[in-house]
Amino acid sequence: MAEARAAAENSVEEYVVQMKGITKVYPNGIAANQDVDLFVKKGEIHALMGENGAGKSTLMKMLFGLEQPTSGEIIINGEKVNLTSPTVAISKGIGMVHQHFMLVPSLTVAENMVLGIVPKKSGIFIDYKKAVEITKEYSQRFNLHVEPDAKVMDIPVGMKQKVEILKALVRGAKILILDEPTAVLTTQETTELFKELIHLKEQGYTIIFISHKLNEIMEITDRLTILRGGKSMGVHNTRDVTKEEISRLMVGRDVVLSVQKDVAKPTDTVLKVRDMEYVNEWGKKMLDKVSFSVRKGEILGIAGVEGNGQKELVDMLFNLNTPNAGTATVNGENILGLPQRKIREKGVSLVPEDRMVFGIAGDGTIEENLISDRCGSKDLNRGPLFNMNAIHDSCKKLIEDYLILCKSGKQKVKMLSGGNIQKVVVAREFSNDPVLIIADQPTRGIDVGATEFIRKKLVELSRSGIAVLLISADLSEVMELSDSLIVMYGGKIAAYFEDTRELNDEIMGEYMLGLKRQPEEQVRRVCHE
Amino acid sequence: MLDFLSMVFTIDFFYSIFRITAPILFATLGAVVVEKAGISNIGLEGIMMSSALFGSLTAYWSGAWYVGVLVALAVGIVLGFVMGFFAFNLKTDIILTGIAMNMVGSGGMLFLVRVITNLTEGRAMASTTSLITANLQIPAVHIPLLEDIPILGPILSGHSVLTYLAFILVFLTWVMLYKTSLGLNIRSVGENPNAASSVGISVIRIKYIAIAFSGAMAGLGGAFMSMYYAMGWSQDMVAGRGFIALAAQAMGAGEPLGSMLAAMVFGFAQAFGIKVSAIGVDSNLVSPIPYVVTILGLVVFALVARRRAKHQHSAAALEKLASKA
Repeated sequence: MAEARAAAENSVEEYVVQMKGITKVYPNGIAANQDVDLFVKKGEIHALMGENGAGKSTLMKMLFGLEQPTSGEIIINGEKVNLTSPTVAISKGIGMVHQHFMLVPSLTVAENMVLGIVPKKSGIFIDYKKAVEITKEYSQRFNLHVEPDAKVMDIPVGMKQKVEILKALVRGAKILILDEPTAVLTTQETTELFKELIHLKEQGYTIIFISHKLNEIMEITDRLTILRGGKSMGVHNTRDVTKEEISRLMVGRDVVLSVQKDVAKPTDTVLKVRDMEYVNEWGKKMLDKVSFSVRKGEILGIAGVEGNGQKELVDMLFNLNTPNAGTATVNGENILGLPQRKIREKGVSLVPEDRMVFGIAGDGTIEENLISDRCGSKDLNRGPLFNMNAIHDSCKKLIEDYLILCKSGKQKVKMLSGGNIQKVVVAREFSNDPVLIIADQPTRGIDVGATEFIRKKLVELSRSGIAVLLISADLSEVMELSDSLIVMYGGKIAAYFEDTRELNDEIMGEYMLGLKRQPEEQVRRVCHE
Repeated sequence: MLDFLSMVFTIDFFYSIFRITAPILFATLGAVVVEKAGISNIGLEGIMMSSALFGSLTAYWSGAWYVGVLVALAVGIVLGFVMGFFAFNLKTDIILTGIAMNMVGSGGMLFLVRVITNLTEGRAMASTTSLITANLQIPAVHIPLLEDIPILGPILSGHSVLTYLAFILVFLTWVMLYKTSLGLNIRSVGENPNAASSVGISVIRIKYIAIAFSGAMAGLGGAFMSMYYAMGWSQDMVAGRGFIALAAQAMGAGEPLGSMLAAMVFGFAQAFGIKVSAIGVDSNLVSPIPYVVTILGLVVFALVARRRAKHQHSAAALEKLASKA
């Protein structure tokens, strides 16, 4: 990085964006960026790459004035700037196209274009004709086709994105930040977008392109900066690096945690998922003929970059969403479409990805949260009323067994630390005699102690004959814990590894980023038929 | 039966629909604009009550009806800002803020009228009806030519200045919402505040403007109540018109013209109730009519809205299928 910095100072004019030594520490102590450099040349398409949580979005939020760096400086066109708000960033010629569109659905395209900078006639009235003219003018100049008079709610996603790009251009943006622009697009729309971006580049605009899709990066970017764990892994010319090198820089492990575990001796199939398909509300196929089985006594891991269908899969299994096709059974009985209580009665436990929304009720006490799945049981009730002593005793035991750090069981759950909140969730989900545990990102964002505890528990439970499905974006976790492992990419199972012990990051990275895909027969082996 | 109809549907009756609709219409326009900004102001009733009191008192002190109207307008705007301050700056719940405003409007105003009249008139009065004399009533306007047309003339001419203003404001509100940048900003803030703030629109400023506008409208409605509809302020005189306005806004799908028509439906129902009880039908039988109409209106609205949503949904699904094929 020192070289990059020196090189930058030698030819300052060359760079339109210089972010030097950017560090961002959030009030809760998480360092999202540590001494990151980003140098973007005028008129290039510069990729900002990295896995989820690598710090890409934080870095871009600082460039767009949504957040301010803890230390470091930002220089735009040779001028040191203090980007305190998006308005300031816009005035410096920076525009951002957010992943979630910032459009008003009931307004027309033209109205959205001029929102905040409305052309007026006689001082107060909207000059709608002028707005349409402006829209048409920019649309033609940049070859971005939109329909000025259509309401935003009636136009397809691809056009909405064009409106967003045009909105930034109308406001005078010369530097465009695109936050995972292809995430919501179909293949054709993506191809079209790339043509338009290259067209913009030819007219001297600079584009910062956030993505973790290797093929796209190779196709349209000139240079790339890779972030991993909040740190920069350097800047490269796209044509000088191979996909394999990029994947190694992006994916990769810093710490290897070792969990002791015996070799699994899996027996009968518990969870059986066959040919599951799901098309989301934007018409994108998120699950494509997903089939696998989880057996008693094993941990099956699902690895993959987020957004490749893992979340949708869990939603289907716990009836938070409905698949378009496919089946899912637990011990031979259907679980699709059942109320959550019925699913739980069949012995399925879920440690949800979003613990604050689906895992706990923050204003409830620890005890209330611990019994929330079993509050109707005979042991905890006496006639129509709760048996408070029984509840207290059973919760006390859980709090002790799961090392939940709290003043008492009467404390509100939201007052606990993240790790202890997760322990409350885990204590409930692991103690209800499950036959199958679905653990979705079970250790995300929690401290090392709690992480280790939860991992050990998962191994212990699986060895006692419970089937465990582990979904994790944390590569070391999924590789260390799982007995066998599948990789999801683009809604499909891209690979199945029967024994995780022979795996390394490099192989994983290639499958996770879609460079490789195992043949159908090999993947099909995860069905154990 | 025919007798009954001819007794009810007189020229008088149709004239009274406009008179009865006007205060509801003012509040309805306030509700339309504030809802467009994404705020539910259920405190319109309270603002109407407060403005009605101060309007009548100041008209009495100054001896001029227009002073009363202007003060009522100002009080409405100020109370709108007060609600905004609590809801937007101090982050209180907007519904609770509205309820508080309604309590101020009923109990608070009764308290104030006693205190104030005790100071100025020497005795604590529970209403200002004895103070507002005919010369303080908002004047009526006779429109030349129009008033000479048979039937239509006596129905449409001879209303108060504020009655005409209410109907003119329907058009002006529509222009404001759809033809000015302020309206565009209000609509965008109501629909997607993130989008609005991302292009540099001050969301809180727009919300203040919208709630102050609703206060102004409720203020005019209040002035109409205490200085034209009834002579003087008395307790609970607004009688739910602020709430009926919210229903009219919903029935009119939040659009100025549609909401005006909905307000007129309520005006019709009330006029009907008054007329029928005047010709001797038991008032206990008649007084629920406006409220039954409100409920029916909302049911119809909900059904229409649901069908519309379903239709849109299936259209979207079809489009999706088509784009795939």
